[in-house]
Amino acid sequence: MVDHISGMTRRGVLTMIGLAAGASAMYTAMAGMGLAGTSNYKGPIKLEGDPKGTSVLILGAGLAGLTAALELHNAGYKVQVLEYREKAGGRCWTLRGGETYTELGGFKQEVKFTEGNYLNAGPWRIPSDHYAVLDYCRRFGVKLEPFIQQNYNAYLHNSQAFGGKPQRFKEIQADYRGQISELLAKAVDQKKLDGPLTDDDAALLVESLKRYGVLDENLAYVKSDATSIYRGWAKEPGGGVDAKGEPSDIISLSDILQGRLWQDLITGESIDHQAGIFQPVGGMDMIAQGFEREVKDLITYNAKVIKIEGSETGVSATYVDSNGGTAEKTVSADYCICTIPFSVLSQIEHNFSGEMTEAIDSVPYASSIKVGLEFKRRFWEEDEHIYGGISYTDTPITLISYPSNDYLSKGPGVLLGAYSWGAASYQFNAIPAEERIEIALKYGEMIHKQYRDEYSNGVTVAWHRVPWTLGCYGEWRDQEAHYDNACKMDQRTLMAGEHISYLPAWQEGAILSALNAIERLHKIVTAA
Amino acid sequence: MKLKFFTVVLTVGLMSQSAAFGQDFVQSGTAPTLPQREGKEIYNAICSGCHMPDGVGAVGAAAYPPLAKSDFVGSKEATAQWVIKGYKAMPPLGDVMDDEQIAAVVNYVRTNLGNAYDDEELTAAEVADIRTW
Ligand SMILES: Cc1cc2nc3c(=O)[nH]c(=O)nc-3n(C[C@H](O)[C@H](O)[C@H](O)COP(=O)(O)OP(=O)(O)OC[C@H]3O[C@@H](n4cnc5c(N)ncnc54)[C@H](O)[C@@H]3O)c2cc1C
Ligand code: HEC
Repeated sequence: MVDHISGMTRRGVLTMIGLAAGASAMYTAMAGMGLAGTSNYKGPIKLEGDPKGTSVLILGAGLAGLTAALELHNAGYKVQVLEYREKAGGRCWTLRGGETYTELGGFKQEVKFTEGNYLNAGPWRIPSDHYAVLDYCRRFGVKLEPFIQQNYNAYLHNSQAFGGKPQRFKEIQADYRGQISELLAKAVDQKKLDGPLTDDDAALLVESLKRYGVLDENLAYVKSDATSIYRGWAKEPGGGVDAKGEPSDIISLSDILQGRLWQDLITGESIDHQAGIFQPVGGMDMIAQGFEREVKDLITYNAKVIKIEGSETGVSATYVDSNGGTAEKTVSADYCICTIPFSVLSQIEHNFSGEMTEAIDSVPYASSIKVGLEFKRRFWEEDEHIYGGISYTDTPITLISYPSNDYLSKGPGVLLGAYSWGAASYQFNAIPAEERIEIALKYGEMIHKQYRDEYSNGVTVAWHRVPWTLGCYGEWRDQEAHYDNACKMDQRTLMAGEHISYLPAWQEGAILSALNAIERLHKIVTAA
Repeated sequence: MKLKFFTVVLTVGLMSQSAAFGQDFVQSGTAPTLPQREGKEIYNAICSGCHMPDGVGAVGAAAYPPLAKSDFVGSKEATAQWVIKGYKAMPPLGDVMDDEQIAAVVNYVRTNLGNAYDDEELTAAEVADIRTW
């Protein structure tokens, strides 16, 4: 990929964005840099022609492996899947009450959520332009509901500004827009702006800024009924006597600038986060379950692959029982689709080419942390009128996300109480799980005072401690040098997975990479 | 009534906050480097996420090698280089620590966790140099 920001590596730029804009924005920023984007999915894959009894070994039953298994099986291939875990889905993974999760280091968590509540440990959002994921949801009958990304009633919080008091998104949004519109409108109106504008356009720009920023006759953004319609009222309008709404005070541009609350105003506007994002009803792993229903019989579970050996005529893989077994079993097939994350694959014995080995060895996985907190009641709805959406903070938790489902229900609800990247996430990964929860409570209560009183239980997934990925998603050290080599067929193995895509860290990327791999495989097989 | 309710919540909140917890945390996004300065604290703020407390390592589908009783950390340069640039599944960590922090954590690992290399300590200046390798 071409580095279009001169004199700086893409990674360097991403780090800068990370520093300037908050770690969560880093993820978002990828969209603008060609690292994420609209899917090139062309509809259900058609593998026409006879595979002539060809067998394929698939390593890993995440969404990439499951996609390959399902489609190759449907096309008439003999398919066998080896999966380390006791279930399919990989990172497409949901934690529910009654389950246990043991992370690296042996810390075991029992999930105590009330029935119906869950934490999506990894993926939680499906953008509406992720056509492949949506198509498989359609095929499996996975029910989707809107995921609320942007909530104007949620908070923006800087622990060092506004006395540490969280501000409503709508207030900052309206006041920031209003006051920069005022500045620009006045500058244009007073002809203080050198620009390519004709007089006509200048007049129109002023008119549009008046509308866009909600400015008054004097091109000023002032406390009024008009601005309160956007930023909220000091006293809400009601019915009957003494019910007139009272306009609210404006937060000065200086306070917004100094408080850096402009930081996350556009986070929800990238193509990945624009409205029309979905989540599966009941948890993200409904997608994994949809696949699993179709291909369960093809999967050997609890199979830890420890060796892969390719030749000109086939591929064999040796595995042991994941739960500490030593008895080795070897299976072979004509071809192999390997979806094992490169973090793990870099430690597996193999005889791939030098080029492929270099590629495998050059993809460490990013740090990330999620903390799910169950509270006895949905105080964010009952007390603060926040229904779904995300509050952003400069504290180590980065954000609080409110459930986009089961609104107004009386029982307990689960918040995503931390979702961080970078240095803060490394720190979360480094401490014991119960301390992670304490940290999430400590910073969360700066935004919601009800936290301590209403807290019931929690669960945390620190992605560098996840035994089967050693991290969140693949970050290429030098993608330009190695990516194409990783895509080449190595003897008879093709790599697939999120890391073999230009939509990394998305399920769409995992599925597209698998579809692309099997399409190429099928061409070779049918041409032979 | 409502007022009283909130007063109570607030007190409880403050109390548990002052039940001081482990380590200082970096602010999300705004601070690039870890707040810790001492080797042991730095170890427990980052290395232990993978190499585990006390450096015992861990095994799953793949492994984090132990740093306890490690021959590898006999070389301070190699250890510093691993920390700065990473290696295979170990990500580069040179961005979340400055030179002094890297020197401190490398020196800690080499003289603790069952390791006792008593040659000269790694300096921040040497770390700055290793960054350019
Ligand atoms: C915190 C987080 C948030 C995310 N958010 C989103 C989101 O909102 N939306 C979205 O679309 N995507 C999101 N993603 C990305 C998405 O989860 C991944 O891109 C996708 O699930 C990867 O699928 P995969 O098949 O490539 O890999 P995996 O799902 O990792 O599959 C690999 C499989 O290989 C198995 N395996 C590993 N080692 C071995 C071995 N030695 N032997 C046998 N099997 C082995 C693993 O157990 C696993 O099942 C997120 C990911 C994370 C971690
Ligand atoms: C995100 C996980 C992660 C973190 C954090 C991490 N490491 Fe590592 N480290 C690894 C992995 C994985 C390897 C093994 C790489 C390989 O050889 O495949 C490794 C290997 C090493 C080795 C070589 C050990 C050997 O015997 O081969 C040293 C030394 C080391 N790390 C030091 C550190 C120090 C010091 C820190 C903290 C500053 C640290 N690591 C933080 C993942 C991590």
